[in-house]
Amino acid sequence: MLEIKNLHVEVEGTEILKGVNLNIKAGEVHAIMGPNGSGKSTLAQVISGRDVYDVTNGEISYLGKDLLDMEPDERAREGVFMAFQYPVEIPGVTNSYFLKTGLNEIRKHHGLETLDAADFLKFIKEKAKLLDIEPDMLNRSVNEGFSGGEKKRNEILQMAVLEPKLAIMDETDSGLDIDALRIVADGVNRLRNEDRAIIIVTHYQRLLNYIVPDYIHILLNGKIVKSGDKQLAFELEEKGYDQIKADYSSIKTKLEETV
Amino acid sequence: MGNILERDQQQAEISSEEVEKKIHKAKKKVTEKDTLEALGNREYKWGFFTDIEQEYASPGLNEDVVRFISMKKKEPEWMLEWRLKAFRNWQKMTEPTWVNVEYPPIDYQSQRYYAAPKSKEDGPKSLDEVDPELLRTYEKLGIPLEEQKILSGVAVDAVFDSVSVATTFKEKLAEYGIIFCSMSEAVHNHPDLVKKYLGSIVPYNDNYFAALNSAVFSDGSFVYVPKGVRCPMELSTYFRINSENTGQFERTLIVAEEGAYVSYLEGCTAPKRDTHQLHAAVVELIALDDAQIKYSTVQNWYPGDKDGKGGIYNFVTKRGKCAGVNSKISWTQVETGSAITWKYPSVILQGDNSVGEFYSVALTMNHQQADTGTKMVHLGKNTKSTIVAKGIAGGVSQNSYRGLVKVMKNAENARNFSQCDSLLLGDRCGAHTFPYIEVKNTSSQVEHEATTSKIGEDQIFYCNQRGISTEDAVSIIVNGFAKEVFKELPMEFAVEAQKLLGVSLEGSVG
Repeated sequence: MLEIKNLHVEVEGTEILKGVNLNIKAGEVHAIMGPNGSGKSTLAQVISGRDVYDVTNGEISYLGKDLLDMEPDERAREGVFMAFQYPVEIPGVTNSYFLKTGLNEIRKHHGLETLDAADFLKFIKEKAKLLDIEPDMLNRSVNEGFSGGEKKRNEILQMAVLEPKLAIMDETDSGLDIDALRIVADGVNRLRNEDRAIIIVTHYQRLLNYIVPDYIHILLNGKIVKSGDKQLAFELEEKGYDQIKADYSSIKTKLEETV
Repeated sequence: MGNILERDQQQAEISSEEVEKKIHKAKKKVTEKDTLEALGNREYKWGFFTDIEQEYASPGLNEDVVRFISMKKKEPEWMLEWRLKAFRNWQKMTEPTWVNVEYPPIDYQSQRYYAAPKSKEDGPKSLDEVDPELLRTYEKLGIPLEEQKILSGVAVDAVFDSVSVATTFKEKLAEYGIIFCSMSEAVHNHPDLVKKYLGSIVPYNDNYFAALNSAVFSDGSFVYVPKGVRCPMELSTYFRINSENTGQFERTLIVAEEGAYVSYLEGCTAPKRDTHQLHAAVVELIALDDAQIKYSTVQNWYPGDKDGKGGIYNFVTKRGKCAGVNSKISWTQVETGSAITWKYPSVILQGDNSVGEFYSVALTMNHQQADTGTKMVHLGKNTKSTIVAKGIAGGVSQNSYRGLVKVMKNAENARNFSQCDSLLLGDRCGAHTFPYIEVKNTSSQVEHEATTSKIGEDQIFYCNQRGISTEDAVSIIVNGFAKEVFKELPMEFAVEAQKLLGVSLEGSVG
């Protein structure tokens, strides 16, 4: 579904991603872990189409299309969804109206009929119930005055409504207490299915106790330095990023010597 | 290889805060570009010109022109005298300079002060006599004048340059004793009411532009709602400037007798022209005991092109008086047009327990300048006023809120709440707030809140990421910002106002 080849990304002249390769198939859940500044959020944002980043080299193919050639709204309509690390407030615009607009754009794109207000209300109420979200949240302004936990749950609700093919969870666990984390993880698990790929971007291993990934990749200084299955998370928990960093430098040094 | 490694290590030392800063900088650039593209280049769709035979006063302003206008309207002597008095006063006055707008001096002698479509001697008696070209013009503007085509709940007075060309639903309103006609007609048919109220709220020498209007006012609407009558439909006037180098000086007067209620709407458009045109209107509202007047405006005069060429100079005096106890006057305005807007719809709260409200959205793009706000003057006991002003500025426009809350000595327990919010769409525009507060009574309470925010790249990207285009995203965000004011507009106007901002209507569900 998603193939990233030799991706190099700069912001204002500073290189942040330095040749990332990643291959993700439908139905898989991949976790991307790394310390602050390793470039993991940049990777999430580049996939979702934020244009403050300059892609200087490499390519991303999504369902056989050149993803980098698509505008962010086009990507969203093609099924790319990102749950934001910091969901944005839009005062005066109800959650329900916002989501209806987005969903109808996506439906139009796929040649489906748009939902009217009544149909949409029925649809979204079902989704909210499925995720144990109180309907009151639908009538409030988008993320305005929401608690940290409510904001993240709102992201999961949006994911449930927009039904993406590829969902990226950008540090969804940040700022959540353990109860909120469990609720959010539970929501993501319910949205796991064989047609949908999920990328979980996180600093900590703890989220992966609740959402068990198929693969884990460790991103360090703009490169994936290690990939493995869920065991890798435990290894990381034990050793910490510093150890991995040290291992990585020694490998690099050796590599340089052999060259 | 060694070089690459070295560079790797060097770059690893750039802290994550520095990267954050760079991201922030990059985001700012993107916002500017996107929002301006989305909003700045809106087409002015109402800019066409109707080619119709017109009758003009020669350019220039002197007593003869005032007499000409009065003669054209076959006015009684008292009306002419009033105009001349105003004109002589105006000559002694000077244009106000305290306004936060800039424009080259206006040459009052190069403007025309009267233009009217040529018609039969006494003007059209019914729609059948109105020039079909004029009917087509209004239809094109979305205001069909044939009664069966109009939204059934709205009666319309259509003013074209200096004259009213048609007023709909007059007979139906007459059944309730409601008078809804053009100002010219009112001078002839209801002279006692006009004499009693015209200039009673905005005197002929009130200010420079009001004096000018009093001297040369052409048409406008007159509304009289008798005691105890609730007007069964929305009344509206649609003002259209058509002729070149011609000013429009309309005058509107609304009187609500004891216990009466009326909701009145006005809309305005003009053709695109390279030269500036003058529009100086006066609106007076009088609410007696327990009466309510709701006055809504969607102002969409031609704003000039993106380089600031052309556009209407909109200098307007609007004032209402809550003369009776428990009366209420509510102003709602959506100001999106005009090169310059100078306008402060005000309420004099004279009756005890009376209520004044002002809800405003002012959008300025490109080179537009707006200096708008309100005055709430509390005279009576337990009087209450609410001010909600939302300014949206983009391009190199300047958007100012200017407001006065004045509580006089006898206004026991007066209350005011003011909220002024500004939204900036870019780095080169300005939002300003000039709140003046004068309180002479210790039992009163005055509150003022103000915020300024910028439309964020984060907000736009968030919408994009949910499948919404940048253009729609800007509209949705601006619409959300202005929502508090839009909900005060009557339904038909709310739709028009939101369309004006390029916004699709937010459904009533959800």
